[in-house]
Amino acid sequence: MPISFELTPEMMREIIMDHYSSPRHKEDPKVEGCLSIHSSSVNCIDDINVYLKLDDNGKVTYASWNGVACAISTSSSDILCDLLIGKTKEEAEYLIKQFNSMIHEEAYDDSVLEEALAFKNTSKQAARIHCATIGWDAVRDLLKEEK
Amino acid sequence: MSGFDVNKIRQDFPMLSNGIKMQGHPLVWLDNASTTLKPQCVLDAVSSYYTHRTSNSHRGDYDLCAEMDREVEKTREIAAKLIGAEPREIVFTSGDTDSLNLVAECFAKEVLKEGDEILLTEAEHASNVLPWYRLQKECGALIRFIPLSKGGRVTIDNVRASISNKTKIIALAEVTNVLGYLLPTKEIAALAHEVGAYFVVDGAQSVPHKRIDVKELDIDFLAFSGHKMCGPTGIGFLYGKYDLLKRMDPYRLGGGMNVKFDVCGTASFLEPPARFEAGTQNLEGILGLKAAIEYVSSVGFENIEKREKELKQYAVNALKKTGAVTIYNEDSEAGIVTFNVDGVFAQDAATYFNSKGIAVRSGQHCAKILNDFLSTVATIRASFYFYTTEEEIDALVEAVKTCKGEYLNAYFI
Repeated sequence: MPISFELTPEMMREIIMDHYSSPRHKEDPKVEGCLSIHSSSVNCIDDINVYLKLDDNGKVTYASWNGVACAISTSSSDILCDLLIGKTKEEAEYLIKQFNSMIHEEAYDDSVLEEALAFKNTSKQAARIHCATIGWDAVRDLLKEEK
Repeated sequence: MSGFDVNKIRQDFPMLSNGIKMQGHPLVWLDNASTTLKPQCVLDAVSSYYTHRTSNSHRGDYDLCAEMDREVEKTREIAAKLIGAEPREIVFTSGDTDSLNLVAECFAKEVLKEGDEILLTEAEHASNVLPWYRLQKECGALIRFIPLSKGGRVTIDNVRASISNKTKIIALAEVTNVLGYLLPTKEIAALAHEVGAYFVVDGAQSVPHKRIDVKELDIDFLAFSGHKMCGPTGIGFLYGKYDLLKRMDPYRLGGGMNVKFDVCGTASFLEPPARFEAGTQNLEGILGLKAAIEYVSSVGFENIEKREKELKQYAVNALKKTGAVTIYNEDSEAGIVTFNVDGVFAQDAATYFNSKGIAVRSGQHCAKILNDFLSTVATIRASFYFYTTEEEIDALVEAVKTCKGEYLNAYFI
């Protein structure tokens, strides 16, 4: 029988704090031939670059980000990179679409979001929604350009 | 303070007396450097335009129109009196930004020659930087930054060291919007005039908070936004010495500013200030501005200055006592405290304060070159006005105490 459980506020907090205090993918690209995109915000200080490497089959083999970012944008961009690695372009686009739907309180498929579910309640702080989506929107635009 | 009762004053402001809440908490408005709350008399003046006074100015032969003309000119007189100017030296604009752009485009552009220098500081707001950057490109003029003192103040010695015969424009905020230091305005004006330069003052953060006399200070231009002084948004003015305004070509052309025009393409323009007021003016805004100036003047600038000083000291003391903050402008004159909660990114702290109903500004506050000076990427700014209370500052201080441990709760609880 599948076990279903809700993330508690404590768990969400822990996930976000963990990726904020020790981000895994906050680095300039470590591999050659990355695609990159810059994104900044007028509402927050966030000013980041995201780097992606796709293989010949369109699968993400490397993802990183770097720049100045608040707790929410740091952790959300870092979790994004975690989730992107190993995904095809189509899977990545699907993932980003689900994340955006969740952030904007629309119906979404929670089965693909994993740790990104920690941002479920970001809409409580309307002024900061863009902090949670800045990296995700950047990758969405990057993949669109690649088509 | 004689005649000053903050609780009574707060009753005049619907945003304070209507029990407005943010995130389930009573609103604590500490973002007055961004914009101020409006008293009922200003709202009534604005709505009276639609309920009792609708008409255009300068454009009709009936009573309502003539009355509107009188109201506009009455407002010009009251605005002039506010800063010690003559009414003909007041040009209505959409606000401080519009005023500074008008000076840059229609005055400075004509005056500046290649190699001339414009003096600014790193503490200026975007509206007093970017119009000058453009002129730098267009006229070949050079921008130089007057060094700030270690704390962030513009000192007369630093101005003296920066000024030269090449200086044509000095454009400075009389009170800076991030740190709140007050300029030695009169001394700078004298230095500017010694070398034949013009002194443009951004009054956005000073005019609403202190008495100012442009004649005594010998300022050439002064920009002002009504919404930072309890007025409506979208209305402000530019003060310019009349002989300087007369030298300026109009910015926008249209009705209300021309004398005549013909099919040959020639046109002649009215004298200032009408020359710069093309098209239908923001009449509801002008009525609101008049009410705002009257209201704030009735509170009294001595009371306002004294009150803000008390609030600033109270906030600095209480914030320092928490041991959890770095304050960047402890000794500045204005009712502005700029700080960071140690170990918490400015915007994350501001979001936490929002979750407690507290409105502060975080980030770079439109002064994007100042942060290098402060060696931080962002700060929190709490700014006060005469209706701010110690209890509101206490609410901020309580939130500061729990901020580091709890700030992410803003997203969950």
